Amino acid sequence: MQQRAIHPSQERPPFWRDERVLSVISQIVVVGIVVGLLAFFYTNMVSSLREQLGVPIDYGFLKQTAGFDIGESLISYSRSDTYARAFLVGLLNTLQVAVLGIVFATILGIIIGVMRLSTNFLVNRIATAYIEFLRNVPLLVLLIFWAQAVFFKLPRIKEAIILPGPIYLSNRGIAIPWGIPTETWPTYTRILLGGLVLAIIVTIVLRERGKRTGRMPILSLWFLVTLIAVGIIGWFVLPQPPLVLDRPELVGFNTKGGRTLSQQFMALLSGLVIYTAAFIAEVVRAGIQSVSKGQREAATALGLTPFQVLRLVIFPQALRVIIPPLTSQYLNLTKNSSLAIAIGYPDLFAVAGNTILNQTGRAVEVFSLVMGIYLFFSLTTSLFMNIYNRRIRLVER
Amino acid sequence: MKMSPKVYTIGMLLSMVLGIIIAACAAPAPTPVASEEAAAPAAQEQAKSTLDIVKERGKIICVGNANLPGFGFLDEEGNFSGFDVDYCKAMAAAIFGDASKFEIRPATAKERFTVLQSGEADVLIRNTTWTMSRDTDLGMNFAPTTFYDGQGIMVRKDSGIKTLQDLNGASICVQTGTTTELNLADQMAAAGIEYEPVVFETADEVTTAYEEGRCDAWTTDKSGLVSRQTVLKDPSAHEIMDVTLSKEPLGPAVRHGDDQWFDLVKWVTFSTFLAEEHGITSENIDSFMDSTDPNIRKLLGLEGEFCAKIGLENDCFANVIRQVGNYAEIYNRNLGPDTVFNLPRGLNSLYTDGGLLYSPPIR
Repeated sequence: MQQRAIHPSQERPPFWRDERVLSVISQIVVVGIVVGLLAFFYTNMVSSLREQLGVPIDYGFLKQTAGFDIGESLISYSRSDTYARAFLVGLLNTLQVAVLGIVFATILGIIIGVMRLSTNFLVNRIATAYIEFLRNVPLLVLLIFWAQAVFFKLPRIKEAIILPGPIYLSNRGIAIPWGIPTETWPTYTRILLGGLVLAIIVTIVLRERGKRTGRMPILSLWFLVTLIAVGIIGWFVLPQPPLVLDRPELVGFNTKGGRTLSQQFMALLSGLVIYTAAFIAEVVRAGIQSVSKGQREAATALGLTPFQVLRLVIFPQALRVIIPPLTSQYLNLTKNSSLAIAIGYPDLFAVAGNTILNQTGRAVEVFSLVMGIYLFFSLTTSLFMNIYNRRIRLVER
Repeated sequence: MKMSPKVYTIGMLLSMVLGIIIAACAAPAPTPVASEEAAAPAAQEQAKSTLDIVKERGKIICVGNANLPGFGFLDEEGNFSGFDVDYCKAMAAAIFGDASKFEIRPATAKERFTVLQSGEADVLIRNTTWTMSRDTDLGMNFAPTTFYDGQGIMVRKDSGIKTLQDLNGASICVQTGTTTELNLADQMAAAGIEYEPVVFETADEVTTAYEEGRCDAWTTDKSGLVSRQTVLKDPSAHEIMDVTLSKEPLGPAVRHGDDQWFDLVKWVTFSTFLAEEHGITSENIDSFMDSTDPNIRKLLGLEGEFCAKIGLENDCFANVIRQVGNYAEIYNRNLGPDTVFNLPRGLNSLYTDGGLLYSPPIR
């Protein structure tokens, strides 16, 4: 009582009017409701699966025989393999299209993005038309267009277009010559590994010398030159070439030998690349334009050539703006590859979310796995892009 | 107002515990702790049979096919017609005495079981093959087979393919989520034939790919091949190979857990077989009303109370025959000689004609 009289300002209000207590309580309630709802749906799902249908959640089916065939696979697979292996086949097919898609979309995107900034009227307009058209067409429409209006309309296999190589171009896909490893291949991979180590050493030495002399050579160029030189020398030193060329030829219904890039794969890859490149082009354009004009003028005033201006001044600064949105384009491309199901390419979603789901009927298990795998891909991609982003960002002093 | 991290963590933990408690109370878990009042209505909800739900709703919902002419097809006017659709109508006629009180919920091959399991529909009548894993793993109960089918392969006439061996190295289009995908793999493995499967999600995509020459052959149930052949650009350029890859008994299915409903679907299906056996059709049914044959009297509800055993009015089977017809009528209307399909009855004849249709007696 006495204290109250002395310090009226420090009097604590009852807890239902105390802002601090209320904010804690309200947060507890919100989190409680959210967690409660999630837990409710989860227990509801589990109990209804178990009690009404008698099929509790169980991942044991992965060890069972799959029993179906998959059209294309990077690893050996037959109908007598397990569901887990079928999962892996789909996963690798997704990875294949995602990795190639990211590489090609980046290259095409940078070209278009730079074209968009060109002062040449025609070049500039072509890039603008490309971007505006493709960004505003749904990807699914584009994919089906590629599959049905472009690749299906190529000649049938019997009348395939044969390019020198030979490369067979038909509506089954594109068959190209491909190297087959021989006995010396394992030795050759070791030589290549040695070349990689050598290339790294050369790069480090050159960088140190560059720092001393102040004339920094183009390191990535030297890295590649060393690696390729070792590769070429190794090829000829070995008693037998590590790879022999396997040429495709028409046998019966299909081409045999070489490597066949199926119509579905080509349609998916071209659709994804062309679509994503339009977005990447805009990201690149925005990045380059974000570098202030003064930088370019200053660099030119210092006597740098236009290529040096781009390589040493503009691009390093543009990259800081480009990398974060570029990462999300990469993630989009990977996730969009699940539209493969519409054109018959056996990617992760088509194999697992469709065929495996149908044969086993285990929706919850299959989808939790599929979602987990896509999440893993996306988080891994972000991780590497974030590491790269941290390396190139402005060092504040 | 910033909370210290400690208070925050404790708060989060507390609220999670709270949430889990709420969920535990709310979840329909069969905990004996739950109070009597709370448990009683829940139990009643559980006990509500499929038939009650259908009656309350005023119509039956069947999972069906929307693009398989002859079996389930959505025409230009938005009406469903076909063999499977007629069986859905038969269920409606038996339950409501009105064959128009039905709704088709179209579903793709892969959705169909989920739609039925989730209770979105009451019965699955969508050219669905009865297999052991579907019967057990998927929690289905299969009513009698209404159509005995087998998997076939369609090829171009000019391809010269006659036997399975001729298909070595070929590309074969197939629809995903079907037993055909598995049968194809099994048969080809057994015969030691290498092939490239090209898998699509819908039958339309499969036929497009085949017509464009992406595949040398495509495979599905023979009835499906006949049906889809009619919508190809040049039907006469294609032929169905004289090989059968599998047994495909197609019939209605219901979900586990409601035996009365299973019995209803089963016996409505049998009643169409029985009607054909006794020669009762939708046109001549009235002339049987004074029949003295006890078998016919029982089928038509003139003797005994058999329909009551499946929860229906006594004239349930009579309504099916009057409004939808017997098996032969349903077959001929959708697949018979007067249709573009002109499918021979084959195995789908009565046992008295050398077929497999055989109904247990109503007794």
